[in-house]
Order: sequence, then C-alpha cells, then structure tokens
Amino acid sequence: MAEAIQDTHELVDTVLLEAVNLAIHWEMQHDENVVVLGEDVGSNGGVFRATDGLKQKFGFKRVMDTPLAEALIGGLAVGMSTQGLRPIAEIQFSGFIFPALEHLMCHAARMRNRTRGRLSCPMVLRAPYGGGIHAPEHHSESIEALMAHIPGLRVVIPSSPARAYGLLLAAIRDPDPVIFLEPKRVYRSSKQSYENNGEALPLDSCFTLRQGKDITLVSWGASIAETLQAADALAEHGIDAEVIDVASIKPLDMQTILISVARTGRCVIVHEAAKSFAVGAEIAAQVSEKCFLNLQAPVQRVAGFDTHMPYFQNEHYYMPNVQDILAAVDKSMKEE
Amino acid sequence: MKLSQSRVTEQGHVPLARFVIDWIQFLNEHGEWTQPRPDFATDEWLRDMYKHMVMTRVFDQKAIALQRTGQMGTYPSSLGQEAFATAIGIALQNEDVFVPYYRDHGTLLMRGYDMSDILAYWGGDERGSTTGPKQDLPLCVPIATQITHAAGAAAALKIKAQDNLVITTIGDGGTSKGDFFESLNVAGAWQLPLIVVVNNNQYAISVPREIQCGAKTLAQKAIGAGIHGVQVDGNDPMALYQALLEARQRIQQHKGATLIEAVTYRLGDHTTADDATRYRSNDEVKEAWLKDPVKRLQSLLASLNLWDEQREQDWQKQCAKSVDAAVKRYLAREPQQPAAMFDYLYEQWPEVMNEQLDLLIDKIDRMSSSH
Ligand SMILES: Cc1ncc(C[n+]2csc(CCOP(=O)(O)OP(=O)(O)O)c2C)c(N)n1
Repeated sequence: MAEAIQDTHELVDTVLLEAVNLAIHWEMQHDENVVVLGEDVGSNGGVFRATDGLKQKFGFKRVMDTPLAEALIGGLAVGMSTQGLRPIAEIQFSGFIFPALEHLMCHAARMRNRTRGRLSCPMVLRAPYGGGIHAPEHHSESIEALMAHIPGLRVVIPSSPARAYGLLLAAIRDPDPVIFLEPKRVYRSSKQSYENNGEALPLDSCFTLRQGKDITLVSWGASIAETLQAADALAEHGIDAEVIDVASIKPLDMQTILISVARTGRCVIVHEAAKSFAVGAEIAAQVSEKCFLNLQAPVQRVAGFDTHMPYFQNEHYYMPNVQDILAAVDKSMKEE
Repeated sequence: MKLSQSRVTEQGHVPLARFVIDWIQFLNEHGEWTQPRPDFATDEWLRDMYKHMVMTRVFDQKAIALQRTGQMGTYPSSLGQEAFATAIGIALQNEDVFVPYYRDHGTLLMRGYDMSDILAYWGGDERGSTTGPKQDLPLCVPIATQITHAAGAAAALKIKAQDNLVITTIGDGGTSKGDFFESLNVAGAWQLPLIVVVNNNQYAISVPREIQCGAKTLAQKAIGAGIHGVQVDGNDPMALYQALLEARQRIQQHKGATLIEAVTYRLGDHTTADDATRYRSNDEVKEAWLKDPVKRLQSLLASLNLWDEQREQDWQKQCAKSVDAAVKRYLAREPQQPAAMFDYLYEQWPEVMNEQLDLLIDKIDRMSSSH
C-alpha cells in the first residue's frame, strides 16, 4: 500500500475541489478495490484537477484515462462494480453525462433489484455541474431532477468542502450506485477546515445549516451560498431563517424539511435548475401534502427559468440571486 | 483501401478480405514536392490557400488575446490546423451541407460567417450562432454527436434525390464514441453522400491518440463500416483537398461515403482553459512546429516565386485590419437583452410561458434597482 501521507487525521483547510481529491485519495489508500476512471483523469488530474496526483501515486491500473466515450465510462463502471471493484467514474461535465445515463438507468440502478440481490453496482459517477463560471454551451445546466427521477439511484450534491469530503466517502462506500454532482461554481470559492480522517457523512439526510423560527429556506449545491447570504440579510431585518441543505437529492429526507416547515410555517425553495418539473416541485408537493395545515403561506420556489441556460453573458439573469430569495421571502412573510 | 481475395496464408487460414490504407501527401515538411504537382494546384489556388491559412491564424491569435484580457470566454484554438480548415473550406461547394465541430473557425470564415459572430459565440452571446449558409449546422460542443446529424442530413439529401453532399468534421478523441461508429456504419449500409474528416491533432485534451484507440490508423475505422478510408497529411492542404475531391467523386459515382483522417498537430493548448505543459513535452511541440502548415506552404510559394517578404507584410496587414474591424464590431455590440433567453424557445409562443417571462421582468427590475 502506498505511503500514507494523507493518512494523518490532520486538520486540513481546503476548498471543495481539494476535498473531493482528499476523499478519493483516502479511500484509494484504504480500499484497494477503489479505482478511478474517466477522460483526462490521469496525467492531467482531471480538467478541474479533482484527481490530481492520483495516477502518480496509485498507477495506471487504478487511475485510468479512458477513451473519449461516456457510454463506455458508464458501462465500464457497471461491469467493474459487479466484479468487486468500486469504480469512481468521472464525467468531465454533467452536460456530457447523457450517453452514460443509459447504463445508469437501465443497468446500474436496477442490478440489485433485477438479480434479487446477487449482483449490485457499488459505483460513483462524479460530474461537475451548474452555471456561473462563464463556460461554453452545454457546460452549465442543472439536471439533477432528471437523475433523481430514476429509481434505484442516489443523487448527492455537496455544498461545502467538509460535506464534499464526508459525502463522497459515503458515496464510495455505499453499496449502490451514486451520482455525485459537484457544484463547480463553488469549487474554489471558499475554504473550510475539517479533519481528514476518513469519516463519512450520512447519505439520505438533509443538513440544517442554520436554525431559525420564522421561515425555512431549502436549497442545495452552489445556491446554498446565496441562501445563507439571504439568511444573514434577513437576520438584520429581524427575520430568523432556518437554512436546510438538502445534500442528498435522492432519496430525499423530507422528514427534516417537514419538521422545520411545521415549525416555521413558511418555506422557500431555492435552486438553479429550470423551475418546472424540478426537485423544488417535488419538495413543494410533499410539503403541501404533508404539512398543509401548518403552512401560513404558499410555498415559494426561486429557480432558473424554463429556458435553456443562456450563453454566459446572460447567465446571471438566469441563476437565482440573493434578491430573488429575499423577494420570495417577502412574499411569503406578507401572507397571513 | 483495397479489398482483395487471396490465397491460403502460412497459418492455413483463408483470408476473405485484406485492407490497405493509403497515405496522401504532396508537400513534405520542407515545402518540397513528394509527388507531381496536382492539376488543381494552380498558382492562384496555392496563393489563395495560403492567404486563408494566414487569415485563420491571425484571427486565432486575436481570439486568444481577447480571452486572455477577459473580453471573451473559453476558446479552442486552431493553431497548427490551418491547412485542415482551409482545404475543407475550399472543397465545400455553396450548396453542400457543412456540419462542423467547435474547432472549425477557419472553415466557417470561408463559409461566409461574420468573424464578429464567431467571437460573439465564444463570448457567450447567442447571436453568434446566427450566420452561415442556411443549410449548415451550428458548431457542436458535445463530442461526436454532430456525426450522427451529418449522417441524418446525408440521408435526407439521398431521400430527396439532391446531388449535394455533407461534409462533417471531428477530432481524434471523438472517433472513440459510439456516435462515430454508428454514423459510419449507417453511411456504409445506406450508401450515404457523406464525407467525415477527422482532425487527428494527436490529443483529446490530455489523452494522446495512442491510448484513445489501438488501431494503427483512424482511417481504418472505415473498413468495418464498409466505406472508404484514407489517411492524409493534414498539414498539406493539397493532400486533404485531393482526398476530398476523390471522396466527392466516389459519391457522384455511387461508390458511397468516405472517412478521411487528416494527421495534424495541435500546437497550442486544447482551449484557453487548458495547460498543455502538464501532459506533453516542449521537445515534442518544438518538433511539431517544424511541420507547421503555414511555413510549409510559404516555403513552397517562395520557391515558386509566388510570394515574398513584401507580399507577406501586406497580407499580414490586411488580415490584422479585417480582424481588428471584426473585434471592434464584436465589442461594440449592445448587450443582448436578458429576455432574449425566451426568444426562439418555441416558434409558437405558449401563452402559459408568460408567467415565466413576468418572473424575469421582475428580476430585471430587482437587479437594476440593487445597483
Ligand atoms: C461528450 C463530450 N464529452 C466530453 C467533452 C469535453 N471535451 C471537450 S473537447 C474534448 C476533447 C476532444 O478531443 P478531440 O475529439 O480529439 O478533438 P480536439 O479538441 O482535439 O480537436 C473533451 C473531452 C465534450 N465536449 N463532449
């Protein structure tokens, strides 16, 4: 086993991108079945450098530059995972995930069910997603709802370095296929200190980032940044907002959200994806199904538009900002 | 490629088919003929090719400078691949359908695209996708999907009994995708009027050609699909043009589609977001510069007394002038209205979308009042 330079349980202070790298590093060091594959993941360390240094340390048998073929990457991961490996496959940008989705939908997601537990696909498909970095066409969409709609998959979205670290470790160790979407807009935006100790965070649960009694703000991924800023601004106006980071989009921990909304009576959901048929719609529906009588105002959704993500000159008009969130909160607070 | 029946081999097997991949080159890296000058390569033609290649390079340099100074977004350079772009540009006839990929600005310029539109596209403005011949498809960012569209377009031409054809382009990395195989396959099965040109510039971002695929040439991927495959020196515009002429003839003679592998080298980074020094050596790049298509054609022109220092300076000046004017037009554009994201979403505006448009209008108000 390679020398354990990372294995010091040390306190680290990193950005989200490095947290991804550290989590993979840790797990490769502790589980020789963990392998990494994808386009440019080897010598180049990934186009964002999420897999930087792994090939040098673990060699090409465990860190594989694949041919440029996403269907292949998805399918290879399915095959590898049925034979005892734990592949972490990278799709360079989520906009190029579609050919791989066939393998996720038709095979990975139902392998356990279809073989009545004989085979399963403990694999992670990682991809940077979302807008805000001035990228070309097809690099900025938020398509988590598409994936969350597929039974048998887990869809996980971290919003901070520490949660990226802990959730990715959980995803790699999970016995079922996980799609791990990384909000690239906040890849390098802020550092957070946490212990590099191999401890996973729970999947299938939300994280309450801030407690409050007046209104519940629900979000995930990069939008958490604006949501927390909005909560700060609200505090200055005497409004005490609770902020929930959904983190595991599927399976969705509605319990945490419902308990919060039952207490606050108000709910604003914030996401970057187009508004209709999105994850926000699911949360809003469950809130009205399950705690209608506690609601003091209709659930509000702050989201992208039902348009294509515009080319980057106008992307800031598309993505939810702090004022959008404050306006929605305002609407919600005005209702009695 | 030649298929031939033959006798029993040493191992006692009976080969049903053998194949050969031809290589085409007229001009070596020193700008010397490797075979007789082809008929099409008149003085005028050669000079014209050279001028287009230089224009493409000057445009490219400017585009990179714009990105570096924060005036444009990520941009994929075509440095070193000017012969590829120009040979295709010359070979395309007006009524043909061109289905490009994202590195084809040199060809787009010859296809009549406004330079400032190309800048706008990479500058994050939808209006950059509006020019060009009306039958041509726009730039394609998802790798290899364009080849399937090109096959579809070729099928349409065939069904409608039109005698124009489709030329499409792709990188070496793109040849690994199912879309590529599937398209060649149907082109063979349906005898489509399709020419697929691979820009084998040796790298797909960091992944070198050798670990993309184990085959000796990419051109031989044609064999399994039952179409013609040929490899050419992609730094020699005459070689690629010759292959394109032959491919057109094959289509006209109902002999089906062609795959052309043009061997080039990407002299710059993959895009302005890439750092090629992470995965390849300076020596390798230095060596590749010796095969620079622009220098090569310039040497030939000089040896034929068709070009000299004065002409070079004049043309460089002319190129800089056109490019600078285009940059001015690009930078002077009024920004696109945010509501443009709703334009062209559907041809018939769904009334139910009004609510969404209202949300945007509220948002614009909020954003302008917060400044
Ligand atoms: C389906 C898909 N996967 C990944 C990408 C990201 N990407 C953009 S260009 C590129 C490399 C393409 O290499 P190649 O096909 O050789 O063409 P080149 O850019 O070298 O001309 C990759 C992986 C993409 N655009 N589309």
